[in-house]
Amino acid sequence: MAEPLLQLCHVTKLFGSVIALSDVSVAVYAGEVTCLLGDNGAGKSTLIKILSGVYQPTEGDFIFEGEKVTFNSPREAMARGIATVYQDLSLVPLMPVWRNFFLGAEPEKGWGPFRRCDMIFAQCTVRQELAKMGIDIRDPDQPVGTLSGGERQSLAIARAVYFGAKVLILDEPTAALGVKQAGIVLHYIVRARQQGLGVIFITHNPNHAWPVGDRFIILHRGRVLGDYRKGQVSQEELINLMAGGEDLVRLQREMAALLEQPTGLDLCASG
Amino acid sequence: MATRSDERMVRVGTVRGLFQRAEIGAVIGAVAVWTFFAVVTPQNWISVTGVARILDPASTLGIMAIAVALLMIGGEFDLSTGVMTGTTGLIAGLLSTRMGVHLWAAMLVALIFALAVGYLNGLMVVRTRLPSFIVTLATFFVLRGANVGVTRLVTEQVYIGGIDRAVGFAEARAFFNIGIDLGGVEFRSAIIWWVLIIIIASWVLLRTKYGNWIFATGGDPIGARNLGVPASRVKISLFMTTAVAAWLVGMMNIVRLRSAVSSQGIGQEFVYIISAVIGGCLLTGGYGSVIGASVGAIIFGMAQVGIVFAGWDTDWFYSFLGVMLLVAVLVNNYTRRRAEQISVAAAKARTEKG
Repeated sequence: MAEPLLQLCHVTKLFGSVIALSDVSVAVYAGEVTCLLGDNGAGKSTLIKILSGVYQPTEGDFIFEGEKVTFNSPREAMARGIATVYQDLSLVPLMPVWRNFFLGAEPEKGWGPFRRCDMIFAQCTVRQELAKMGIDIRDPDQPVGTLSGGERQSLAIARAVYFGAKVLILDEPTAALGVKQAGIVLHYIVRARQQGLGVIFITHNPNHAWPVGDRFIILHRGRVLGDYRKGQVSQEELINLMAGGEDLVRLQREMAALLEQPTGLDLCASG
Repeated sequence: MATRSDERMVRVGTVRGLFQRAEIGAVIGAVAVWTFFAVVTPQNWISVTGVARILDPASTLGIMAIAVALLMIGGEFDLSTGVMTGTTGLIAGLLSTRMGVHLWAAMLVALIFALAVGYLNGLMVVRTRLPSFIVTLATFFVLRGANVGVTRLVTEQVYIGGIDRAVGFAEARAFFNIGIDLGGVEFRSAIIWWVLIIIIASWVLLRTKYGNWIFATGGDPIGARNLGVPASRVKISLFMTTAVAAWLVGMMNIVRLRSAVSSQGIGQEFVYIISAVIGGCLLTGGYGSVIGASVGAIIFGMAQVGIVFAGWDTDWFYSFLGVMLLVAVLVNNYTRRRAEQISVAAAKARTEKG
């Protein structure tokens, strides 16, 4: 097997006396979708922030393209080709699509004090790049606030891909979306994978991870509970593992017991 | 796919039309106010003299409103802008009249002081994450107190006169603010400064990456930072820009009046903010326009002059100000909500179709 594009080796992250991550090892390969699954508090956010350069690991190594690296800021990670699409997407709703797309990396032309944004280039590029993703933007000047949730998510992904991302970290991209919109986003995740990117797909929804993932890493209470390749694990097993297996069984038992008890409220009415 | 995009085109057109015209409210307001005074006091109003009189207060106010608008688009307020026009004037006045410093040098010292205060305002806002409203309110009171305190300490009055006797006064006056005779009507040269600043500020805001950063910093500072926009630096620069604008207006005032008063500029900070808001700036940041703020300033120029022309008591100026502010905020609010509703409706329609 090829060398991993990005690797975390036995990473531990402490916040004072709180252990956010403990001995976590993750390998991400180019042209694969690595799904990071975990419930709330599993340590997903901390892991993303280490990957994107916001935090530095307390212990353990960060290896990128076969080389040990230390990122002091998201900008450094980005410069190496690790792009993160955050849950809030880092899109400014009141700003036009093209301004958002090139925010922080504006194409410029002109000389000295007359340096200015190359608006025509920017607008054409945005239209092309989004067309590649299968989004037909009528007008690059329309505010991002007028796009649908899935389109916004895809815009953020398109932006990361355009700016030379090798690793694309997607923080819960489908969390706030309806079924159809989530479908659109999953579609673009596969496209990014086909373009040879290493995609890290963070989610707490195994149903979204299952159809696109090549590899599934389950985090639970700051530890890696399981690391499987596609085919090594079933969708049901994944769901069980994610909720901490035992916990879910206990929860089901508790709920069943609760429903059997006669109460004033009709819990079963809504189905 | 093709039919879907056609569907989208119409909806987006509507939203875009509403969104992109930040200054439309101000333009309508300006036409309304002009028409109002044209009816009330036609013979003075509709004349070259009338225009010159309106542009006189509008120019200095407009310069400030533009700087304040940029800051507001960047998501912050500055309440120390008005009093800063006084402080810089007093510094230049004191140094040039009491200590014999060349007026240009005195003005340079005032500029450095303004930059330092702007920097500190910005730094405090960025570092403490306190609302800029509070931070600059503190600056406002400190400067207000110092203006009177220092002036009285040095001159035993609250007034510095005789700036016209300072070395370099004639040149400074010609540079900053002089009357220009155009066909028998006197226009202030501050109008030229104002127009230049409109052009430069508008260009920076809409055509350069810095403008992009200003919008983003005000619209979503965390998102902007994630994308590598130096949001803190943008904010600090904007606070320094308003301070420099206040310095420029302060210099225009002293060369025109040949004196500096310690109460200069107090209360003006709200007029600047209101001009920016009438011009379409959202109080929440991330949206606004340089042209709009300038039109807002023209509305105030018209009100100030119109009330005099109509022979009314000038006390009513502030009541007028209040009404204009309320109307502007309501219009802006309505426009934005309308646009949001349309965008939600459009998104829904698309999802259902998709």
